[in-house]
Amino acid sequence: MTTDRDSALLRWLFLAPTMLGIGIFVVLPIVGSLVLAFFRWDIITAPQFVGLANFTAMATDRTVGISFLNTAVFVLFAVTAQLVVAMLLAVLVSSRMPGWLRVFFRSTFFFPLVLSAASVSILMKYLFNESYGVINWLLSLLGIPAVPWLTSPQWAMVVVIAVYVWQNFGFSFLLFVGGLSAIPTEVYEAGSIDGATGWRQFRHLTLPLVSPTVLVASVMAIISALQVFDQPYVLTRGGPGDSTRTVVMVIYESAFRELEFGRASAIGLVLMILIMLVTAVQFRLARRFVFYQ
Amino acid sequence: MTRRLPALAKYAALLVAAVLTLGPVWWTFTTSLRPAAESFSLPPSFFPTSPDFSSYAAVFEQIAVPLLVLNSALVTGVVALGQMLTAAMAGYVFARMEFRGKNLLFAIVLSTMMVPVQVTIVPVFMIIRGMGLSDTLLALILPAIPTAFGTFLMRQYFLGLPLELGEAAALDGASPWRTFFSIYAPLALSGMAIVGVLAFNYHWNEFFRPLIFMISEQNYTLPLGLVTLQGNLGTGSISVVLAGVILSMVPAVVVFLFGQRYLREGLTAGSSK
Repeated sequence: MTTDRDSALLRWLFLAPTMLGIGIFVVLPIVGSLVLAFFRWDIITAPQFVGLANFTAMATDRTVGISFLNTAVFVLFAVTAQLVVAMLLAVLVSSRMPGWLRVFFRSTFFFPLVLSAASVSILMKYLFNESYGVINWLLSLLGIPAVPWLTSPQWAMVVVIAVYVWQNFGFSFLLFVGGLSAIPTEVYEAGSIDGATGWRQFRHLTLPLVSPTVLVASVMAIISALQVFDQPYVLTRGGPGDSTRTVVMVIYESAFRELEFGRASAIGLVLMILIMLVTAVQFRLARRFVFYQ
Repeated sequence: MTRRLPALAKYAALLVAAVLTLGPVWWTFTTSLRPAAESFSLPPSFFPTSPDFSSYAAVFEQIAVPLLVLNSALVTGVVALGQMLTAAMAGYVFARMEFRGKNLLFAIVLSTMMVPVQVTIVPVFMIIRGMGLSDTLLALILPAIPTAFGTFLMRQYFLGLPLELGEAAALDGASPWRTFFSIYAPLALSGMAIVGVLAFNYHWNEFFRPLIFMISEQNYTLPLGLVTLQGNLGTGSISVVLAGVILSMVPAVVVFLFGQRYLREGLTAGSSK
């Protein structure tokens, strides 16, 4: 009898911190966003119901529009580059080589993940400096004139993408190394008898077999790229002009610079819906892939 | 695989990638060892022939580095411990106990797993403000302790432990508390280590929430303090800023060296749910 009471007590005491915490700091804020998105509120005066104004403003506001466009461009290029680099290196690291070398390369490619995006962006800002940065110095050795990395709108986006990919490709790389190691070697032995080697082996054997991992890695990369903030904030503050201003930067600026809390919530809501859509697509496709295998 | 790939091309590609990966960090290190006045000069120094540690001293004078480290360590430490404990407790209940409403509660946990902090930041800011925690370290700590992902991870971990251990203990008259604390919890330590290492990695490096929640400089964490330092110094002395960057990397590198396995397991665990 006491054991039953004990179990019930343990159950609720053990669940309380997590469930209360998630309730207060995740569920309540989601509901709060839903409500706040229909109000105009500067935190000082009373909130004012404005209907869909925050959403229609999003459609017409130039900065918000640009930020969604920038984020789309960023996600497209950063995720593609991240996956291609990660896959290439994962295939190379999974090929035959001495164990210690494999460990060395695997650790190296994983290393940038443990650094802070803020610190990395600080040091990259120096490396990409137009007049005294190491990168332009190296280019000058090759006879290439100085590139205005952070002061030209096009190049600034390239730098933000490059710095982001530098730091994050290791994550997709880890997933791919795991996926590749799950492929039985007999598959390759059988394939090589049929003449499947090199690129053909990769295209017709490896890629189909790791496709579930590729799918998961793409979705995770898209979700995290959609939230990019630290790199553009530290590298460019969204500039020059609005050229590297991302959605999360606009959420931050709307709320904490312009005190437009309602508008910030509305933008956050749209971003959350985008992320949920990507996740839903993942679960859909994942089910099909799991069946397929 | 790809056995026929020419070995030379393979190693050349890997080597280039390794240099591109480690190069920037190595340059940061060697430049932090240059005298501040020379930190701009080209060619860059890739080998510290006469290391100069004055930038490290300067970092302690120009920004309150000890305070930043203390703030970061406090936030990171409390969050990591808090996550390990609360996730283990909740994960255990979800894995091992049957009760009404369990599936609903677990569905709530799962559905909040994908909600990033960036999209709920405005209401979270309001809640923190309402609690009177604005501009305190608790504003960073409290919302970070409940962890949907950690709970999910620990549930999986407890599901992997043999059921018989608990049944045998119960037959011997052990209370549910004893069954958890002296049988299951010790076996789940490496699962908890994964949760802890992940929390450390995330919160030691965190920038977005400190930027929003911390107003007075005495409450800044290390990444926020470094970004501020870079802004204040402009292009004054790179080596001082870089010395700070290197210092901020040290704990992360230590965890990388000794906890890499946990980190790898934790990071990839999210993809296999």
